[in-house]
Formats: sequence, C-alpha cells, structure tokens
Amino acid sequence: MTTATVDASAAGDREIVVYKKGFNWGGLGNGAAIVVIVFWCLAPFYWMAVLAFRDNANTFDNTPWFTHVTLDNFRYAFDTEFNAFGRSLLNSMVISVSVTVLSMLIAVFAGYALSRLVFRGKSIVLALILGASMFPGVAILTPIFQLFSDFGWLGTYHGLILPQVSFALPLAVYTLTSFFADMPWELEEAAKVDGCTPLQAFRKVIIPLAAPAMFTTAILVFLASWNEYLLSSVLSKGDTAVAPSTVAIVNFTAGPHIVPYTQTMAAGVIVTVPLVIVVLVFQRRIVSGLTAGGIKG
Amino acid sequence: MSIVSEPIAENAAKKRGSRRRRGGGSGGGGLHSRDGRMALYLLGPTMVMLALIVGYPIVNAIYKSFQTDPGLDDSTGLFNEGNEWNGVGNYTHWILQQCNAVGGGTETCPSGNLGSQFWDSVWVTLGFTVVTVIIEVVIGMWFAMMMHRAFRGRALVRVAVLIPWAVPTAVIAKLWVVIFDPQGVLNNVLGTSFAWTSESGPARAAIVIADVWKTTPFIALLILAGLQGISSEIYESAKVDGANAWQRFWRITLPLVKPALAVAVIFRSLDVLRMYDLPWVLTQGSNGTQTISILVVKELASKLNSAAALSTITFVLIFAIALVLVRLFNANIVDRGTR
Repeated sequence: MTTATVDASAAGDREIVVYKKGFNWGGLGNGAAIVVIVFWCLAPFYWMAVLAFRDNANTFDNTPWFTHVTLDNFRYAFDTEFNAFGRSLLNSMVISVSVTVLSMLIAVFAGYALSRLVFRGKSIVLALILGASMFPGVAILTPIFQLFSDFGWLGTYHGLILPQVSFALPLAVYTLTSFFADMPWELEEAAKVDGCTPLQAFRKVIIPLAAPAMFTTAILVFLASWNEYLLSSVLSKGDTAVAPSTVAIVNFTAGPHIVPYTQTMAAGVIVTVPLVIVVLVFQRRIVSGLTAGGIKG
Repeated sequence: MSIVSEPIAENAAKKRGSRRRRGGGSGGGGLHSRDGRMALYLLGPTMVMLALIVGYPIVNAIYKSFQTDPGLDDSTGLFNEGNEWNGVGNYTHWILQQCNAVGGGTETCPSGNLGSQFWDSVWVTLGFTVVTVIIEVVIGMWFAMMMHRAFRGRALVRVAVLIPWAVPTAVIAKLWVVIFDPQGVLNNVLGTSFAWTSESGPARAAIVIADVWKTTPFIALLILAGLQGISSEIYESAKVDGANAWQRFWRITLPLVKPALAVAVIFRSLDVLRMYDLPWVLTQGSNGTQTISILVVKELASKLNSAAALSTITFVLIFAIALVLVRLFNANIVDRGTR
C-alpha cells in the first residue's frame, strides 16, 4: 500500500517537472515552504537542547546558541537523590513493552477475524471497537481508580498496564483490520487447497505475510503507550517506583528554591533522542500505519 | 467511525461473498457457520478484555454516580459514610451547579467549589476544540500542499513532521512552560514581557499555540495521504479546460481530499475534547484554562462518586459531539458519492 501511494506521487512530481519551463520560481517557493515547515517542527527542540546543556543560573540568558555549556543537568536527571530518571525510563520500558505485547497478541486474531471472516454481528463488533477507541480516558479513569484502589493495584505495574491495553487494543485491532483487508488472501486459499488446515494456513502463510503490518502496528502502540500521561499520573499516584518518564518529567525537581528548567530540558532531551531515532528508522512504516488507520477509500 | 469502517467491512464482505456464491448455496451455508464459530474464538479475547476494562468500569461508574460520597453532611453536621442512594444529586450538582446547603436543601455552589466550575470548563473545552481544530486544519492544508509538491527534501520533511507527533505531550508541555516563561525566549523574541500563564487571555492563547504547534504537522500528514490519492490527470484536464490555480483548489483538491479532512477533524476534535496533559502542565488549569478532564481529575482526589457522575457527563457529551461530526461529514461524503 505504501509503495503504491509513493509511486503515484512520484509520477505526479515528474509531470510537474515536464510542464515547468524556464527558471523554476515555483520550486524556489516550495523550497522556502519546506524550510518553514522544518523550522516549525524542529525549532522548539533546538531550544530544548540549548537549555539542556546550559547551567541553571543562565536559564534566561536567551542567546540562541549553545552558551554556558555544562553536563550537570544530566547528572541531576539521573541522580537518585533527586529524580532517579533512570528508574522512570525503565518503568516506561516495562509498561510500554508489556502493553504492546499484550495488545498485539490479542489484536492480531481480532484483526484477522474482522478483515477475513463473514459472520453475523460483524458491523456491531467493529462499531464497538471503534467506539472504545474514541473513548475519553477520564470516563473510565474514575471507576478504574475506585476498582484498583479496592484491589490495592494503585502504584503497581499491572495497575498501569491493564487500562492502557484497553486503549491500545481498539487502535491495534482497527489498524490491523485495515492492513489485513489489503493482503493477498489468495495465498491462504492456495495453501488450503494444498491440504493445510485453516490453522496451519494461518500460521504458515498469513503470519509471515502479515508480519510487516503487525510490526508497524506494534510501533504505533508502543509510541502511544510511551507517551501516555493521564492514566499513568493518576494510577501511579506519583510513586517513583512505577511512574513512567512522562509523569517523572512533569514532577521534575532540582532541590529547594530552584526552578528546574534546564534539568527538565535535559530529561526532555533524554526522552526525545530515542524517539527521534525511532522516527528516523521507521518513518515510512509509521506514516503507512497512521494513514491505514485513518484514511481508507 | 462509520466513514472509515464501512469500506473495510464492505471490501471483506465482497471478497468473501463472491467466493461463497461460487461454492454454491448449501456449501456457502456451511462455510458461514464455520466462520461464525472461528470468529467467536478469534474475537473472544478482545471482547473479554474490552468488557473487563471498558465495559465494566462504565457500568460501575454509572451505578456509583447515583450514590453519595463520604464526607460531612452539611444538613446534620455528622460524618456520612457515603455510598447511599442519592438519585440524580450528583448530576444536578454539576449541571445545575447545586451544592448542599447548611441546614438541608441545596444552594447554588459558591465560587471556589468545583461544582461552580463545570460550565466554565465545558465552554473552555469546546472553545479550545473549535479554535485549535480550525487553525490546525487551515495551516495543515497548506503544509500538506507544500509537502505534496516538494520533490526534494521529502524524506527530511516527513521525519521533521513526525517528531512533534512522536514526542510525549507532557514533555512538550514542559518545553512550552520554559518558552512561555515571563523571561523566556518567546517574550525575548517578541520584545514583550507578558506573563503568559497568569491571565486568562494569554494563558488560553499559550495552550492554543502549543497545541497547534504539536498537532498541525500530524494533520498535514493525514491530508497529504489524501492528496496523494488524487490522480494528476484530473488536474491536467482541468488545466487544459482553463481552470486557474484557485479554481483547481476549490473545485478539485478540496472536494477530493474531503474524506481525509473529515477523519482529521473528527479524530482531532475528540482528542481536544479530552485534552488533559497540555493545559495541566502549562497552567494547572488556572486562569480560564481548566478543561473537563482536569475538573474530573481534581474531583477524583476527594469525591469518587461525584467524579463518576462528571465523567459520565463527559462521556455523553463527547459521544454526542462525535455522532454529530460523523453525521455531518458522512452526509456530505454520501452526497458526493452518488453524484
């Protein structure tokens, strides 16, 4: 699906080149627009990086380049006496990986059924899943909070993971259904004709074919879970032993009477760099996943 | 969202349907029942999971929302254990802003009580939704058209556009707290010394700016996907027929990109309606920036059953708006399809 859209647009570009004659003023305008867009997206992050490496006393120096450079902020971020940010990153990892694995394990089967099988009540199931995906987090927050506080699950890993699965699951099912609907299912038929049982066909033919779609969906689920804040902040009760990095960064400190701007920015850089790498490596997959989930037909 | 779901369901049904017809009447029936059983097994885990973590809590919340919270009873002056039948008391508390009066009965909630802040929060949330979605769609459309035309630097732009989307809102909100500081870089650039977050006008503007900055690139990406689905031949024949750039935009681009726009508008509206991280981190909901989600979390700290009523109201409100939006866009799409 990705390749098809990319090819179509590449063809479109060629047409434009053919029709333009003389100096390409339009191209220059586009170039300027691209600079504007890239600046829009990255300028605040540049400022984050500048402050992350600046000593706290000069937070409001506001010179737009790297001055008063220090690595102290990063030391504060990981200092167990203050923020123990390493622990928060580990918590984020534990939670996000669990949410992703759990959701994918369940969602793959549902996605297969919804894209492939004919059964009564399919549209109701689809509507239910979509309804769950547009659900406001606050609507289940109150009852979940009550329930988990009765169970003694507040401030535990499973107490943070389970509610997130309920939000990740509809997203995963929905994206997978839309990917699976585009797959060449004739191969499965062929395998069945050759004597595979439906289950064998699923395992030996469908799963390998579906692997890229599953991987893409898993990236989206992982990112959504890594970025979650509302449920985590309430259900962790701010307990640093389980709170993920998003909660930790909002509660950042650098000792009494210090506004910990530069230290917080250092933590921001620590969280942002891996995400930038993920985006760089998987940009095509992420885009195809986002558009598969959003726009069809 | 039915706009999106129908094509998938239809596609799958069509493929399956044609094969079943080939298989003949009775064979088709057998296949159907086998599919049904298999679907039950495959969908079972998802449905159980959603029933446990979405379904049950909602039913529980609705049940609890009709009960009292523990606390001092103003009419008797005694401590009340809570969890007694309260009728629609929690709902009138929010919607009519009624609080228990000393000596029995009810009175209009005094300012400072969260009950008196309900409608303010509703209007603030709706205001954020309308303003941010409009700005984001307009700028996003421009971004998308520029990205669509650019043939150099396309990969660079795609990466740049994904980064604000990929970084957690909580982190980005912290970044904007620093940028919006009275001595911060924004005031420095503008040559002003605004206290951005201490007055309601600038505080709301700050949240709109931060949200527009973070989400416009994402909207642009969705619109871009829609633009890439439009065949260039349509534009060429329009050009041959003498349509100028403006006409091509209004008569071709906009109508054809409408499904993508509809998805962007609906998803974004639902996101802003439940917005929590950004206003919470930027202003803690002070100075006219308290969204409904913030109100729920504040109430959650002391009165769970009353918070349950508020979250039920929130759910109904968001659901109603979602229905209206889907209807609104769906009608247009159907209209266009039949022409």
